[in-house]
Amino acid sequence: MNNSCPASLIPKTGHLRRRRRAELLFKIIISICAGLVLFSLILILATILFKSLPALRLSLIIRTPGSGYYLGHEGGILNAIAGSLQLTLGATVVALFISLPAVVFLNSYLRRHSPLAEAIRFVLDVLWGIPSIVYGAFGFLIMLAFHLRASLLAGMITVAMVELPILSRALDETINMVPAELKEATYSLGASRWQTAIKVVLRQAFPGLLTATLMAFGRGLGDAAAVLFTAGYTDRITTSLFQPVATLPLAIFFQLNSPYPEVQQRAYAAAAVLTILILLISLASRGLSRKFSQHKIH
Amino acid sequence: MSLKNLSQKDLWPALVTALFAFLPLLLAVAIFLALSGKALPFISFKSLSTLFFSSTWQPGRGNFGLLPFIAGTIWVTITAFFLAVPVGLLSSIYLSEYAPSGLQKIFRPVLDLLAGLPSVIYGMWGVLLVVPAVRKLQALTVGRESSGYSVLAAGIVLAVMILPTIINVSVEVMSSVPLELKEAALSLGATRLEVVRYVVLKKCFPGIMAACVLGLARAFGETIAVLMVVGNVPEIPRSLFSPAYPLPALLANNYGEMMSIPGYEAALNLAALILLVIVIGFSLIARWYLVKISRRFG
Repeated sequence: MNNSCPASLIPKTGHLRRRRRAELLFKIIISICAGLVLFSLILILATILFKSLPALRLSLIIRTPGSGYYLGHEGGILNAIAGSLQLTLGATVVALFISLPAVVFLNSYLRRHSPLAEAIRFVLDVLWGIPSIVYGAFGFLIMLAFHLRASLLAGMITVAMVELPILSRALDETINMVPAELKEATYSLGASRWQTAIKVVLRQAFPGLLTATLMAFGRGLGDAAAVLFTAGYTDRITTSLFQPVATLPLAIFFQLNSPYPEVQQRAYAAAAVLTILILLISLASRGLSRKFSQHKIH
Repeated sequence: MSLKNLSQKDLWPALVTALFAFLPLLLAVAIFLALSGKALPFISFKSLSTLFFSSTWQPGRGNFGLLPFIAGTIWVTITAFFLAVPVGLLSSIYLSEYAPSGLQKIFRPVLDLLAGLPSVIYGMWGVLLVVPAVRKLQALTVGRESSGYSVLAAGIVLAVMILPTIINVSVEVMSSVPLELKEAALSLGATRLEVVRYVVLKKCFPGIMAACVLGLARAFGETIAVLMVVGNVPEIPRSLFSPAYPLPALLANNYGEMMSIPGYEAALNLAALILLVIVIGFSLIARWYLVKISRRFG
């Protein structure tokens, strides 16, 4: 140690060692925690795929339930796969139809931090936090009010309500990333805000819009609580908006506790299909946003 | 940009998109009014105190004590909270302060994937892996064996489900701490642990609270995954190994087939209303903390 330094400022070696030891211990603990998070994802995916991939056979995917299906006789889960895709596609279109104009209003006609814009964003955050079972209950009350039965239409509307805040907030974030200079440039050329929004902002934000839509689609695809009372369940492929519709999450939920192993196998198969779809959507949205951002102006 | 000085061309698009932007608010108000409109007759039918403090749930005999369900919700949510918060916060510290950037890049998709997995998949994982594990744990520690469908099983499943929320929010807040502050502490000879303790955690406290509240809100309303592993016995749980029956599970099991018993429909709507009001409360608290943190970092 340097002698010219006042004694009180020289860290005692024991003290320093203790601080270093605390640092090391802390680093070990937080690494374990981070490892635990990684491990839990691997554990979940491994459990699901290990259990369900062996149950996944082509005959299950391309057939609808036959007679005696719930006693373990033949049939497949095509009704649930088709139903889930129909319902979620419809719901996403409805949600997009509402959120896109709303987000254009937020970003092109209001200042970023104006009280009105902040209030609308806050309402969206509140809606995001509402559990999907509450949306399910609300959807059911609407159904009762309009004398509708559990149907594709009712399920679609309920899932659209679940997706609306997710989609709007994601679109809002995306559009917010568009450089202000681009808008200023078009304004200076005399374009109206509407022209700028449609021809410049939305086009520039397109990859992000796609990613946000895919994310909302994935969320809608997996939601069981919202469709529990509203979509019903059917063994056939739905052909009209007013018929009940089968969905993958409910196919898993209803069949998992069946006493018949063959029926349980189908729950596993449905879980495999659902998990793979969600993984594909997640991969696709990553890939798409990378592909489209090549042509983006930064 | 503001609504003042709108050009003639922009008037109609502004009005139309504004209508869409007010739909979320309309939806929130409609949900609240619909549920309270259905639940309020109940409050005149039964006094509030029997509702909240009676533990007898016998819809057939007109007894609608919601206490077992409220207690079940609280047990399950708190268990999940205490399992998820330490792991979540410590891994956030690792990710934002210690992890090499390569590892951070791996973690983002992992968290997105965990957040995107449907709750029915989490539920199935719980049934296949967590419930048997809890059964074994109970046999080892208490010596008594039961089904394993319990508060603890639900808490573990929920904890994994809310980890992405907690980690994403707190990592974002922690990485917004100005680098200069950390550098100043480091230059005074602080170890990284001391930087975390005296600079990062101190500066980020409101943000971390927001992350916890958002996680809590998510756990509070989660339905299907909990329903699948919690046992659904309408009694007040006595230990972590007891089964429980949280409010969302009550709704999921009964809302779709509300019997024509007087008060039953209203009791279920009141349960939904309780969920809605508490979740909105959580949103308000989280918002308050987030506004505080964004002011702090300007």
